[in-house]
Amino acid sequence: MLRLEGIDGGYGAVQVLRGLTFAAAAGQVTCVMGRNGAGKTTMLRAIMGQVRVTAGRILLDGQPIQQLPAHEVPRHGIGYVPQGRRLFGPLSVAENIEVGLMTRHKGAATRERVLDLFPRLRERLDQRSSTLSGGEQQMLAIARALCLEPSVLLLDEPTEGLQPSMIALIRDTVLSLKAMGVAVVLVEQRVDAVLSVADRVAFVTGGTVAETCDASTLTPHSAQFARYVGV
Amino acid sequence: MISGPYLLLALMEGTVMAAVLALTAVGLSLVFGVMRVVNVAHGEFFMLGAVLAWFVAQAVPGPAWAAFVVALLVAPLIVAALAALADWAVLKRLGYEPEATIVATIGLSYILQQGALSFFGPDARPIEAPFTWRIQFPWFGYSGYKVAVVVAAVVILLAVWLFMNRSRAGLVMRATQIDRDTARAFGINVDRVYALVFAMGAGLAGLAAVLLVPIQQAHYLMGHDPLLLSFIVVIIGGLGSVRGTLIAALVIGLSDGVISFFWSPTLAKILATLFVALVLVFRPQGLFGERA
Repeated sequence: MLRLEGIDGGYGAVQVLRGLTFAAAAGQVTCVMGRNGAGKTTMLRAIMGQVRVTAGRILLDGQPIQQLPAHEVPRHGIGYVPQGRRLFGPLSVAENIEVGLMTRHKGAATRERVLDLFPRLRERLDQRSSTLSGGEQQMLAIARALCLEPSVLLLDEPTEGLQPSMIALIRDTVLSLKAMGVAVVLVEQRVDAVLSVADRVAFVTGGTVAETCDASTLTPHSAQFARYVGV
Repeated sequence: MISGPYLLLALMEGTVMAAVLALTAVGLSLVFGVMRVVNVAHGEFFMLGAVLAWFVAQAVPGPAWAAFVVALLVAPLIVAALAALADWAVLKRLGYEPEATIVATIGLSYILQQGALSFFGPDARPIEAPFTWRIQFPWFGYSGYKVAVVVAAVVILLAVWLFMNRSRAGLVMRATQIDRDTARAFGINVDRVYALVFAMGAGLAGLAAVLLVPIQQAHYLMGHDPLLLSFIVVIIGGLGSVRGTLIAALVIGLSDGVISFFWSPTLAKILATLFVALVLVFRPQGLFGERA
């Protein structure tokens, strides 16, 4: 269980997060929605220790992690797929996966499981990752994070700019992770994508979670989407 | 007039120069490539390697080769340890901010230089070469030690390449070089990587200096030329490009050797500087660097 309690934080003197409270449970997909600049990515980066948290607590299974150095956070089992993928572009597919495996000292068994999820990557292990297609790059970004065997997975707009078949593959991957008991936090702007996978939806505005709903209570025409996302 | 034997001798001198320069410049390139730090103190780490080698060689009793071998092993390690200390005490506290680290390494270079003057003195001091055999050509004899320097440099550079491209630590360094935030998101302790890279860069400069010191003597001001030439090589090769650095070191080393031999060392430096200026005007990312 991941829990954020009253988080303040931002970049230098610029405060982005203002008393943000949020929770993600194991075996659930919690989607985060909001307009550009609402603080969604900053929230994920704060969890990863990449943004300075000035107040509040971040709890992973009840243990505070907000004071950990950034490189310690993933070792506690939090996987991160950043916006724009942020692959190690000049490295090969195999090397990107190796970096993921090293994080928590995982071995060949984990590598095989991850490659079984994305067989197309297995065919391109020696290829420089920056030369992959957009969809393949997103597969690799997710595969690299799954090499941690995370208990919490943070995905920042993973379907952005992808074709429908790839979006479906990512949705299926998210659902299978959920079935495996992973707490998935998915930042997503597309209403249909959210409604197809989410258990709960948190709407972020002005650096705080303004409203959290059960996904089952939402429809594509719900007022929250117009109010917080502008669709 | 340039005749065959003289040209051969000039090329051999140039190759020795290129080998030492490549070792020195690869250290500088590595530090910039991974840390984005322009290490102005790199030449003083080179000097420190030579000076420490002299102290170590004086302290080791027995034959010259034994003293040299101990110096070759110990001096670069001490230089690397001092560089790691400087990284922790200075660069890390500045957040590796590019402009601040340039100023800081300028300060560091003066501290190292004046420290060497205080403890080592103003005189140039030699270290005896580990062996004195010569390779006899029909026209002249040539120092076997200089040939050994070239072979050693090639072996060390190959080891650096293997370390960077075939080891886990090298993979971690390359990942950090590409994107340090994402590296942290995969458990990489970037501060530790930076300390290791800074130590490794300085250690390579120190190693180059120990190899050179039986040829050129240790002196507290000897860091200037290696720094200038390393910057020339790294800029021509492309900042952060190890492959470009090696090729540029070969070109600059050979041309410096030949021009110094037949004309003058000053002309060699002038032409190298002119070449850098042309590269900066027409291909600012260097011959093998990637455009930012």
